[in-house]
Amino acid sequence: MAELDGLAVNIAFYVLAGMTLTAAGGVMLSRNLFHAVLFLILSFVGIAGFFVLLSAEFLATAQVVIYVGAISVLVLFAVLLTPRAGRDNGETKMLLPAVLLGVSLVTVFLFVIYNANWPEANSVQELSVRDLGNALLSTWVLPFQLASVLLTAALIGSVMLSRSAEEDAEEANG
Amino acid sequence: MNPLFLAQDADKWYDIRDLSNLSSLILETLDKVLPSGLVAVVAVLIGFVASFVLFVLPSQLYVGVLGERKIIGRIQSRIGPNRVGKFGLLQPIADAIKLIQKEALTPKGGDSLVMNIAPIIFVAPAVLLFAVIPFGPNMIIADLPVALIYFLAISSIPVLAAFMAGWSHNNKYSLFGAMRIVAMSISYEVPLVLSLLGVVLFTSTLSLQDMVLWQKEFDIWLIFLQPAAFLIYFVAVSSELNRTPTDIAEAESEIVAGFLTEYSGMKWGLFYGMDIGYALAASAFGATVFLGGWSFFGLDKWIPPYLILAMKIYLFYFVFIWTRGTLPRLRIDQLMEFAWKYLLPVALLNLLLVATERSLWAEGDYKQWMLYAFVVVNIAAGIAIFVGWAKFLGYKPEDAPKKARLVNKATGYVPLDAKSGRLP
Repeated sequence: MAELDGLAVNIAFYVLAGMTLTAAGGVMLSRNLFHAVLFLILSFVGIAGFFVLLSAEFLATAQVVIYVGAISVLVLFAVLLTPRAGRDNGETKMLLPAVLLGVSLVTVFLFVIYNANWPEANSVQELSVRDLGNALLSTWVLPFQLASVLLTAALIGSVMLSRSAEEDAEEANG
Repeated sequence: MNPLFLAQDADKWYDIRDLSNLSSLILETLDKVLPSGLVAVVAVLIGFVASFVLFVLPSQLYVGVLGERKIIGRIQSRIGPNRVGKFGLLQPIADAIKLIQKEALTPKGGDSLVMNIAPIIFVAPAVLLFAVIPFGPNMIIADLPVALIYFLAISSIPVLAAFMAGWSHNNKYSLFGAMRIVAMSISYEVPLVLSLLGVVLFTSTLSLQDMVLWQKEFDIWLIFLQPAAFLIYFVAVSSELNRTPTDIAEAESEIVAGFLTEYSGMKWGLFYGMDIGYALAASAFGATVFLGGWSFFGLDKWIPPYLILAMKIYLFYFVFIWTRGTLPRLRIDQLMEFAWKYLLPVALLNLLLVATERSLWAEGDYKQWMLYAFVVVNIAAGIAIFVGWAKFLGYKPEDAPKKARLVNKATGYVPLDAKSGRLP
């Protein structure tokens, strides 16, 4: 992948930034829970766009596969099954804790952004998917396998939880 | 100079075997006139016109709308559309005019904003999918190193659009359709990706262009090396595409029209047209990955590669039409069971086999004859896995049907033989 720079990339960056921030604002301000989730998906897409601008195509596609394709659909399902999905979610008791959490997160992020020593890479290393795969299956094989075991356990656990007693009886009877 | 073509005239603009010469000539000329950077926009426009307006849209109208109706008509012993124009050739255009004239209704309790956006979100990815399909050695809009994942990523967006469409109607049948399409796509995504993983293991690349070049270099199509993966891909993708044997998200006999229940006019038309667009994209992807893409055992030196690819896409699409015309619709529980209990274990077994073969091949210094041995082994093993797992699950072929199910050779109803209870 060629180095990305120039006017077009700058324009794309600001368009994406505007889109992502607007969508993130929409998540907070929209009164309809379903619309809020759709805004969330739009902001995920915007972040995938940033990865493309950083020449990290694999991360961008993974972002779309995982967040847009899978997680957001699950969130939509969850929203769909809540009884107040289509209606107002304006009044809530969690307003104060949410504001506090938001303020503290912003403080932490600002602290990190201004105080961290960002080293500037002299030569951008080309990281191919092959290198990523090799690293994942050699250096980082233990965390990788642990994550797989965790996910499999979660899958089996959710199947066990969602089965009702009647279904088990039905299965046992034939 | 491109070594793949006949040396003479190989990089002249009038060489119709490689249209990229023409487009690069246009772009180079424009680059001298236009301010810097704008030529990239023109390049994208040329790519869009070449792939979508010249190939996808006509294929959609003539292979998708007209061809599909004609062939299904033939399968069902009908003539099919033949009124508008010669052989019904103007039928797709008449359809489009009719759809545009129709009123686009919005239900009172529905969410009109989401309902209007959903068809747009459904259409956009179909255009994006064709960006990574290689139509020739140089004819590819974006030669991404991660094209395969890109394709999977983009093809997960229409599910979202269908979900939005189903939710926005405030109609319980639409909601059922939306929930079904999400459940289906999540289930069938798993065997689909596992089957493609086998292909990636052999070619050790994620770029579609490199996969075609791999198949060209070793003179073998991946359908021979990976017959089981190809079958799994076909079943999984036709379920993801929501086409007729598996179109439970819009099953007319159960839930009216699923997530399309409240759509009318051109909004419905966009969904209908883009269903065909996605089927074409899936055919293009399958033809590229499994059928050798634009290569044809050296024949691509003389025949334009994009025509070879188009023929392969149409062949793939014909099988889609064929299954649509001949197989009855499945129930949702049958489909779910099939994905999780049958396709997933079969795909995992296939992956195990491929991984073993791949390491053997690497040990054996990438010899050509080993690939031919793998072809024989894989076809035998594929049949063994498919039949063996079906036996294990207790699926039985019905060799003595009690009812006349396929009456294609007769003109209508065939009475059963009274004594044996079988077909005469």
